[in-house]
Amino acid sequence: MGSLELRNIRKSFGQLEVLKGIDLEVKDGEFVIFVGPSGCGKSTLLRSIAGLEDVTSGAVLINGRDVTVTPPAKRGITMVFQTYALYPHLSVRDNMALGLKQAGTPAAEINTRVAKATEMLSLEPYLKRRPAELSGGQRQRVAIGRALVREPELFLFDEPLSNLDAALRVQTRVEIARLHRQLGATMIYVTHDQVEAMTLADRIVVLNAGVIEQIGSPMELYNKPANMFVAGFIGSPQMNFVEAGRVCEAGATIGFRPEHLSVSPDEGRFRGKVIHAEHLGADTNLYLETENAGLITVRLFGEHRYTADDIVYATPDAAKIHRFDEKGRTIPG
Amino acid sequence: MSKARQSTIRASLVHLALVAYTLVALFPVFLTLVNSFKSKQAIFSQPLRLPTPSTFSLVGYETVMKQGDFLTYFQNSTIVTVVSIFLVLLFGAMAAFALAEYRFRGNTLMGLYLAIGIMIPIRLGTVALLQGMVAAGLVNTLTALILVYTAQGLPLAVFILSEFMRTVSDDLKNAGRIDGLSEYAIFFRLVLPLVRPAMATVAVFTMIPIWNDLWFPLILAPSESTKTVTLGAQLFIGQFVINWNAVLSALSLAIFPVLILYVIFSRQLIRGITSGAVK
Repeated sequence: MGSLELRNIRKSFGQLEVLKGIDLEVKDGEFVIFVGPSGCGKSTLLRSIAGLEDVTSGAVLINGRDVTVTPPAKRGITMVFQTYALYPHLSVRDNMALGLKQAGTPAAEINTRVAKATEMLSLEPYLKRRPAELSGGQRQRVAIGRALVREPELFLFDEPLSNLDAALRVQTRVEIARLHRQLGATMIYVTHDQVEAMTLADRIVVLNAGVIEQIGSPMELYNKPANMFVAGFIGSPQMNFVEAGRVCEAGATIGFRPEHLSVSPDEGRFRGKVIHAEHLGADTNLYLETENAGLITVRLFGEHRYTADDIVYATPDAAKIHRFDEKGRTIPG
Repeated sequence: MSKARQSTIRASLVHLALVAYTLVALFPVFLTLVNSFKSKQAIFSQPLRLPTPSTFSLVGYETVMKQGDFLTYFQNSTIVTVVSIFLVLLFGAMAAFALAEYRFRGNTLMGLYLAIGIMIPIRLGTVALLQGMVAAGLVNTLTALILVYTAQGLPLAVFILSEFMRTVSDDLKNAGRIDGLSEYAIFFRLVLPLVRPAMATVAVFTMIPIWNDLWFPLILAPSESTKTVTLGAQLFIGQFVINWNAVLSALSLAIFPVLILYVIFSRQLIRGITSGAVK
């Protein structure tokens, strides 16, 4: 119950092709996240799955059933929006019940389902309130509750945490992860925040300019990026890229993550001056202007005493250097 | 407004201008009301005086009640105005929703075409309208007036409402689609409640010209049974003698229905229920 298959999905707005042939299979119970920079087509892809956009060509299959021309309400999906999209003139309870009422579900069934969702999300005290009387976090919980009561085969989330402040974002993230474990439902989630992607996903789909760059588990993407785009997009701070020729390495470009560099005040591979140091307590980020590798970022664990204008030596972990060819693809091995 | 940003002189100048404008706008209404309660002699000798016990007279109102069928006139005016507003709001909102929500060929052109109606006065077509009404057998019916006023009010309604409908969140409409609401349900249950203040604005703009119109009732429906209040008041304006008491009384009475409608709509103007729909 709840598998999804996309076959060569293409979508154009006039002359502009936004999705350029997307193939994807999502297994039942999987948590799949679409990430990518803004304008990469991830939201359009999600809306195509929901049926809110017609695809130009290709097929959408939910549970093996072709739903390419089925209206959204009959696809067995539900969607949580970035802006919550609660019905402003209805109470929290009616917001959750509207979809079921519309489908002609018996009142007793509606009550049980609403009660269940209410309990899961601890919405009890707010049932009679209007959305305007709730805080941002509460509104998003109601929006999730509205999705829950429909007991869909597929949950779609469109950047659900983007409008929340940092603390609530972490809290709601944990809540969504808990829901996924509890329900075992298939979830598709769009975000531009790679931390959300890494922490929630079973599999991540990295999109760029309307094509899938790579599909894999968070650790696969982190350890074995298929190309420079994925390598740069996953991981924070971003991976350092250096022209291979400048540092006498094979390939066109080499990359090493900031956390895979060691720093010493006396000796090492790249000599450089600290131009800025960020002391975060758990981590220390150093920005170095090096003589042969250009500007690189180093992430050290714990507290360190380096400050701007210090001269230090940085050395990448040889086993964790990524090599890319002229077209930016990873050279295996 | 906060005191830190407002100087006293500035504030008093603004208030002075507003008070002056209010006085200018209310003066004719005041004059009409005051004089409608005075004897004919007092109207001419001291038009600006308030009625005193010696000049107070209800003769104008008595004439209005006795002569002509003013109850019917009021009823006609009310029917024509209310039905026209209803049709303008219904069709205007539907057209505006289509223009704002759907991408189709000729969308912009259609919007422009409808907006042109704002610039061309409908009275230019009076002769053709009269011929049409005669051919359709609608002369001397309220239907004729309702049709004309609906056509007259639609362009502005479509123009204002489509701008407002563009501001209704797409996510909200999409949430409705996912919940299985039909496009009609989305229009009536989600979008209309959210653009209620705009609807009230349109209603007020539509209502006043219809209620005050003399032109079309005179041409399309001058019969005794279809007269509107403004046309009925003409009864007292003769070629040589004008019964000022009656005219002023009729006009004073005509203010109230429209005032009541205005109060109803302006309450909607103030009430904003969109807050909290989306962040």
